[in-house]
Amino acid sequence: MTNSVEIKNLDLSFGAVHVLKQLNLEIAEGEFLVLLGSSGCGKSTLLNCIAGLLDVSAGQIFIKDKNVTWAEPSERGIGMVFQSYALYPQMSVRKNLSFGLKNAKVPKDEINKRVSRVAEVLQIEALLDRKPGALSGGQRQRVAIGRALVRDVDVFLFDEPLSNLDAKLRTDLRVELKRLHKKLKNTMIYVTHDQVEAMTLADRISIMKNGMIEQLDTPDVIYSRPCNKYVADFIGSPAMNMFKGQLSGDTFHGEGFTVDVSQYDFDTHSRREGDAWLGIRPEHIVTGEAANGATFSCNAEIDILEPMGSDTLVWIDFAGQPVRVRTEGQSGLTPGESVTIGFDAARLHLFDSQTETRL
Amino acid sequence: MVDQTHTSAIEPSGPKPKKTFSRANIFLYGTLIMVSVYYLLPLYVMIVTSLKGMPEIRMGNVFGPPMEITVQPWVRAWSEACTGINCDGLSRGFANSVQILIPSVLLSILIASVNGYALSNWKFKGSEIFFTILIIGAFIPYQTMLYPIVIILREIGLMGSIGGLVLVHTVFGMPILTLLFRNYFASIPEELFKAARVDGAGFWQIYFQIMLPMALPIFVVAIILQVTGIWNDFLFGVIYTKPATYPMTVQLNNIVNSVQGVKEYNVNMAATLITGLVPLVIYFASGKLFVRGIAAGAVKG
Amino acid sequence: MTTASDSSSSMTKRPNRLFKNWMAKLASVPMILTALVVFVGGTAWTIVYSFTGSRMLPKTKWVGFDQYERLWDTDRWIISIKNLAIYGSCSMILTLFLGFCLAACLDRKIRYESAFRTIFLYPFALSFVVTGLVWQWILNPDFGLQNVVRSWGWESFTFNPLNDPNTVIYGILIAGLWQGTGLIMCIMLAGLRGIDEDIWKAAKVDGIGTVKTYVMVIIPMMRPVFVTALVLIASGIIKLYDLVVAQTGGGPGLASEVPAKYVIEYMFRAQNLGQGFAASTMMLCSVVIILIPWAYLEFGGKKRG
Repeated sequence: MTNSVEIKNLDLSFGAVHVLKQLNLEIAEGEFLVLLGSSGCGKSTLLNCIAGLLDVSAGQIFIKDKNVTWAEPSERGIGMVFQSYALYPQMSVRKNLSFGLKNAKVPKDEINKRVSRVAEVLQIEALLDRKPGALSGGQRQRVAIGRALVRDVDVFLFDEPLSNLDAKLRTDLRVELKRLHKKLKNTMIYVTHDQVEAMTLADRISIMKNGMIEQLDTPDVIYSRPCNKYVADFIGSPAMNMFKGQLSGDTFHGEGFTVDVSQYDFDTHSRREGDAWLGIRPEHIVTGEAANGATFSCNAEIDILEPMGSDTLVWIDFAGQPVRVRTEGQSGLTPGESVTIGFDAARLHLFDSQTETRL
Repeated sequence: MVDQTHTSAIEPSGPKPKKTFSRANIFLYGTLIMVSVYYLLPLYVMIVTSLKGMPEIRMGNVFGPPMEITVQPWVRAWSEACTGINCDGLSRGFANSVQILIPSVLLSILIASVNGYALSNWKFKGSEIFFTILIIGAFIPYQTMLYPIVIILREIGLMGSIGGLVLVHTVFGMPILTLLFRNYFASIPEELFKAARVDGAGFWQIYFQIMLPMALPIFVVAIILQVTGIWNDFLFGVIYTKPATYPMTVQLNNIVNSVQGVKEYNVNMAATLITGLVPLVIYFASGKLFVRGIAAGAVKG
Repeated sequence: MTTASDSSSSMTKRPNRLFKNWMAKLASVPMILTALVVFVGGTAWTIVYSFTGSRMLPKTKWVGFDQYERLWDTDRWIISIKNLAIYGSCSMILTLFLGFCLAACLDRKIRYESAFRTIFLYPFALSFVVTGLVWQWILNPDFGLQNVVRSWGWESFTFNPLNDPNTVIYGILIAGLWQGTGLIMCIMLAGLRGIDEDIWKAAKVDGIGTVKTYVMVIIPMMRPVFVTALVLIASGIIKLYDLVVAQTGGGPGLASEVPAKYVIEYMFRAQNLGQGFAASTMMLCSVVIILIPWAYLEFGGKKRG
């Protein structure tokens, strides 16, 4: 299998600050990879390195098996879309799209062909003669995507392209991006801090923290088997409930409760006994009748309810801490009421309390 | 080390090799250094000339460093140089300038800050119109207002006095300072002002207890702006004062451009340097704030 | 004492409009007086009296446009206007060009940026009188630049702008540029710093060279900054007075006269007030001619957007 983008031992430091540390990453042809992390984790920096907008301190970058570590951005065969759109404000949409091509001395016919093809794909034909200032945010971002598309390259880089848009437009454009990827089948590298965007768009997600990749896997695995406590906390909204305790044998001893974890799918090579974290997602805690058949069940008191229409977030006092439970929209529960809660061991997550890695 | 260069010749790796002396860099730094020479030359010439004796100046090179350093020109410029029949040097002008400067700066900033505060927080009917007139007024050539001011000053008995010049500086400093303060106060969250009003504070209470403490940086900017502006003024000084109350710039011009007597270039340059010293010290001491001041002044006006 | 307590005591009666915010109005009296009496009143007074035959003292002896006819018949005024036109156009073009180039140089992430900026800006802190006198000395033919180059062996070298009526205005221009370019550079630099970093990145990905990016993308984006700079330069040009007085005194002969100096000479030295008023009204007219299109561009444009 050929890799579209390959990063080997990449290091980047500004003075004494190490932004990226010994980073390795392989992205397959046609893959949609999302770099996800909170601000300052180095995800945008990594993207800028791939684009050639930042000089790396050490390591190599390959695009289509060509070493481009020292190549100029325009020679790397990439197109890039920015958070602030970065359209040239004094030029019409058509000029924005064709400016780079004209500069690269692409023949006029070819430019026109490409511009009209891209305009058709993105449905911006009607906007071609307008200036960016006369466009809405969503239209601008479409033009910005168009500017990357006309370059006819294999790798597209997106630097938080939807962050400047309002919630509704973001959802719409997200779907469009997914459709676009399905149609074009190009390699796309997409930086975001929004986990919903990451989960919905990505073939694989790379979760970054402090200039290192914490976990690189499909959205499904990231959600169901987070490799450490950080990833478990980061992915999922509302966040996972965490309980401190000790693991001995097949039993987890929490504060005032014990759970039989014999059904838990341990990572064979990192299984260890001693201090540990037990994590359970709010949506995996069941209430009422259903709880009786679960691995673990007990009674607890409801503190408050947060109805959100499609579902209700229930805050429950359990084991001396507030616990989030997600139930159906019309739960019929009331605050102060005592309720049976329970969960299955197969749905649990256990993390070593020292290394915070998955057990 | 050797190994590394060997591999990098085959396979690009690590940072892109950069030539320290690329063509673009030579051009860039070359230009900047040449322009810097043009900018620094006058300061340098002022300093060296003011430290030379007249015989050395007559011999020749303005750019040459003084062979024999003498402070005599500085002493003469300060206390002996002549303007017409007066021969007491720049010292009198310096004293006048200080006496003009301090009340002008205080008065103009006090008035403008209160104006700016009223304009941004206590808008009343017509306040914006007056402000617009004030800002447009800043573009009117001073020449059209010079004589009416002479009449006003004569009427209130301040013509030729330091007090009159203080008033003139206050009036002409008002547009830019008011703009500065108005924009600054407008940038303070309005909720703060509303909260204070709900708490029952009045016009002056809010000004002194809430706005003033928050506006300290802009006061510094305003002071820098006014001190350099008023110190460097020549036009108003020449018109609204008389020889006994001439500010330093006017006196400097009279000393250097006086047609009587032998030209003493070293004394002239010493006098010029002394006059320029106050704003220069402020400039070098204030650094970024000075830039901020002129940038704020440049927003409009 | 406070407005709040006043309004609460008279709750039943609606307070008089005029006394609402009366403290703010009182505090604004100096501003209102300045705006109305000095700026509006003073300007109107000067315009009105430019139609009189006032000489030593202002008198209401109406003479119609006589003063203006005489003004445009006076060589000294014509020279002043020509000088201002030359100085103005040169200084406008050169200040904008040099200011932008220097700002662009400083924006290239160079070392010692703040040192360079400090050097380029310090003349702006000085008085025009100081500037004029220094350059008078440097351009002094017997001891200054010309003499130094001659002493290096280039005997026929001539650089004596201040004593030649044809070139004296360029001598003043050298000093004016020295003093004023730093400010424009600073404004341009602030403008360049305000440009979205992503634009540069986008241009780099598009493979557009640095110079081309400046010309095709950055300069068009900086239009408002250029307009501000232009207004600043223009208002500085019209005020040109101190520099000329200090550097040349208007000489040789009348070769470096400028309108602002003409006004002051006639008002306060030649005791011909009417001429002074007419000349200053002409200066006002030129400002209006410059300012109206700018105000239209600036404020008329905003309404549309």
